[in-house]
Amino acid sequence: MTTTVKNIWVAIALAAAVLAAAAAFPAAAVQTADTEVRIDNFAFAPQRTAVKAGTTVTWINEDDTPHTVVSSGKFFKSKALDTEDKFSFTFTTAGTYEYFCSLHPHMTGTIVVEAATGSKATQ
Amino acid sequence: MASDLDDGHGVSRRKILECMTWAGTGVLWTIAGGMPRSMGIIGEATAAEPSGLTFLQISDSHVGFDKPANPNAIGTLEEAVHKINALPVKPSFIIHTGDITHLSKVSEFDDADRIIAQARLDVHYVPGEHDVLDEDVKLYRNRYGRGTNGAGWYSFDANGVHFVGLVNVVDLKAGGLGNLGNEQLEWLEDDLKSRTSSTPIVVFAHIPLWSVYPAWGWGTEDAARALDYLKRFGSVTVLNGHIHQIMQKVEGNVTFHTALSTAFPQPAPGTAPSPGPMKVADDKLRSVLGVTDVTFRRGQQRLAIIDQPLQR
Repeated sequence: MTTTVKNIWVAIALAAAVLAAAAAFPAAAVQTADTEVRIDNFAFAPQRTAVKAGTTVTWINEDDTPHTVVSSGKFFKSKALDTEDKFSFTFTTAGTYEYFCSLHPHMTGTIVVEAATGSKATQ
Repeated sequence: MASDLDDGHGVSRRKILECMTWAGTGVLWTIAGGMPRSMGIIGEATAAEPSGLTFLQISDSHVGFDKPANPNAIGTLEEAVHKINALPVKPSFIIHTGDITHLSKVSEFDDADRIIAQARLDVHYVPGEHDVLDEDVKLYRNRYGRGTNGAGWYSFDANGVHFVGLVNVVDLKAGGLGNLGNEQLEWLEDDLKSRTSSTPIVVFAHIPLWSVYPAWGWGTEDAARALDYLKRFGSVTVLNGHIHQIMQKVEGNVTFHTALSTAFPQPAPGTAPSPGPMKVADDKLRSVLGVTDVTFRRGQQRLAIIDQPLQR
């Protein structure tokens, strides 16, 4: 019961956050299909990706150096990815997910997940 | 930064430091009146006075690396060991400043151990970030971490010199640099407490303990606290790896030095889009790989540090 209520509030808060994010980053179109983030030259590209809930994001390491993809909030964590290795994660819950490479922590990125229902309500 | 002082030979200290930073390999630096002074190239210098304690630093062997920058990192590690075996003065032991392996695989650790053992010397290791990639982060500690603390930090004494091996490659924070962490720093403070200020200290760790180039992560977040514990000592030498090139800086009583890799070079700060492996001409590779020979002579403040490329 209380969990449901809490979730609604979280969803509303997140929807607001997503709208704010969308306004701040108009170039980052919301991805509805599964999408990729390339790891190249010690950077995540794109550094910020916006997706709908239920989207699978795949990271591909194109460097000659291993990297990892680790969520700052401990939601996901890849193994060390050697050259051409991939890591996928399906985002089912709306929110802003900050992540970094735990080997080279100056490498950071963000996945913004927009709740399908939340976004409909605001249209 | 220490002020510019004349060393009595008409060369300013800053000038010497500039040379030290970029002169590359093959130059012996020694001490004259507390100031570092070039003694010429290795061949001439090592014959001079083989007294005191001599040890060797190797770093970033990246066993398992097979990309274009060096398709045979095992081969160049073997060459480095041959180089060590051919030294005119046999070192007392080796310090390995991490990135023993490229991907923390058991087979890579096995290969590294087999090759480095051919030097027939004790080896004191600290891990690089490439050595702690296994899921449980236990391969490195099981192999090299006996008798160490936490993620593998420890100290030991040799010939009156106190050596401290630190770990700054685990539990790194998003957006940050290398990290020592509170537990290790408290240990360090305690470890140094009982030492007299005249004890020469050698600190070794993988990622540089000074800010070489934070934009590429080349520095350690909380190193200032460690250096604060070290500032009362008259002679402190900090040996690091990670950046696969020689850099040296002297600040007060502290000499910072980074070693060559035995596997592949990396670009100078800011000269490439990223710090990734740098491809050089095949006939130049061995001039940018190598080992470091360090000699301590009693009564001298600074250790003589000689970078030895695999090939001049």
